Amino acid sequence: MIEDFDRLTVTSLSRHYGRRKALSKVTFSCSSGDIAGLLGPNGAGKSTLLAILGTLLAPSEGGVRYGDVTAEAGGAGLRARIGMLGHDLFLYPELTAHENLTFFGRLYGVPDAASRAGAALARAGLGERAHDAVSGFSRGMRQRVALERALLHQPRLLLLDEPFTGLDQASTAALVARLKEEQGRGVLTVLATHDLDVVDGLLTRELFLRNGRLMEVGVGEGSLRERYRAAIATA
Amino acid sequence: MSNFLRVAVLVVRKDLMVEARSLEVVSTTLFFALTVVLVFAFGLVREGRPVDDVAAAILWIATAFSGTLALGRTFERERQADTLRALMLAPADRPAIYAGKLVGMLLLMGLVELVLVPLIGLLFQAPIFDHPLHLAALLVAGTTGFAAVGTLFAAMLVRARSRDVMLPILLYPITVPVMIAGVRGTAALFQARPDEALAQFWIALLVFFDVVFVTLALWTFEPVMTE
Repeated sequence: MIEDFDRLTVTSLSRHYGRRKALSKVTFSCSSGDIAGLLGPNGAGKSTLLAILGTLLAPSEGGVRYGDVTAEAGGAGLRARIGMLGHDLFLYPELTAHENLTFFGRLYGVPDAASRAGAALARAGLGERAHDAVSGFSRGMRQRVALERALLHQPRLLLLDEPFTGLDQASTAALVARLKEEQGRGVLTVLATHDLDVVDGLLTRELFLRNGRLMEVGVGEGSLRERYRAAIATA
Repeated sequence: MSNFLRVAVLVVRKDLMVEARSLEVVSTTLFFALTVVLVFAFGLVREGRPVDDVAAAILWIATAFSGTLALGRTFERERQADTLRALMLAPADRPAIYAGKLVGMLLLMGLVELVLVPLIGLLFQAPIFDHPLHLAALLVAGTTGFAAVGTLFAAMLVRARSRDVMLPILLYPITVPVMIAGVRGTAALFQARPDEALAQFWIALLVFFDVVFVTLALWTFEPVMTE
């Protein structure tokens, strides 16, 4: 059964690696249409939080609810509603862009995955390179293929780890436009990024993390960079 | 087709497609297995006559060593772009992903054995064509037991820093019963007077190990892969 939801609730979430605390009592919630930014320095716990939200990592304490269900209860049906773009892109370099998307589309049970993959690549401006091996692509092109892979099954929750890495200005603008479009469809996006200037004005929720602790939630006055400095400096 | 089977087939097809493009795992595994057999042949064959009853042991040593190499390389490929995580994230039964990886590994090891067995027959004068069905059953059952445990451990260790060292340390002690049964069963077929009944006993024992190992691996794959 496909588990749909319109709210993500994170409650007192902690994750320990031995004695090291990667996340400590993180609490926040987002709703359908939100674009939440996980902002913080390296090692703040952003990728760990994304992995937990993606059900890839189990929390040490606390929990995440997707609507009314937990990751354990939701199982495969819940995972069908989650799309994730990791820092390592999750693509097979030996396969073509089209084969990658078709494989993941079929894995997600997307009907007519091959033609949907073709359409997604055309939309990403990669129609002419669809049948080239991903190993020959630039980082930016791979990033675009990976984003289409994450969106192919029309997820409710989109998790993006540094989605602007390697993108040129035009591709960055296209990605921002795409995120707004997905926002319009009611997709709940959580993205971790260091590109503060790019996401300034895009985010509906700003989650400042430092040393695994959530410093501030919301959207305030001034530029995002100023708010970031202020939030992180108060840690 | 059930969802489990559909996902397993998808994973197998993908693995075969990736391997067909790169030939990386097949070529390195085959080269390593041939090297192992040739090194033993140099040491144990004198004036065209091999030392008695060594062929079975060499066959299984070459299979285990090359299988370990193949497991490491196959999962290294999944680690490089973190694609194993993408598979775990998919709305599929996670044991189906394990089953797909296992079948892919079996096909790969089977291909290597197709070259290994005639070579061992040639170099060590082993009677490989006297009881082909028994020999095939021993190889299939033994390889399945070895790959069942190996696939689980290789997947578990994919994010561990010392995975290359840890894999054989974990894998070999647990698969000792499979290796013993494989070697004893094959030796029963290769001896001067082949003992079919004894070979059948070892085949049955291997099938028992396979059922236990595959069941345990399917049962534990999801919890061990959720970090």
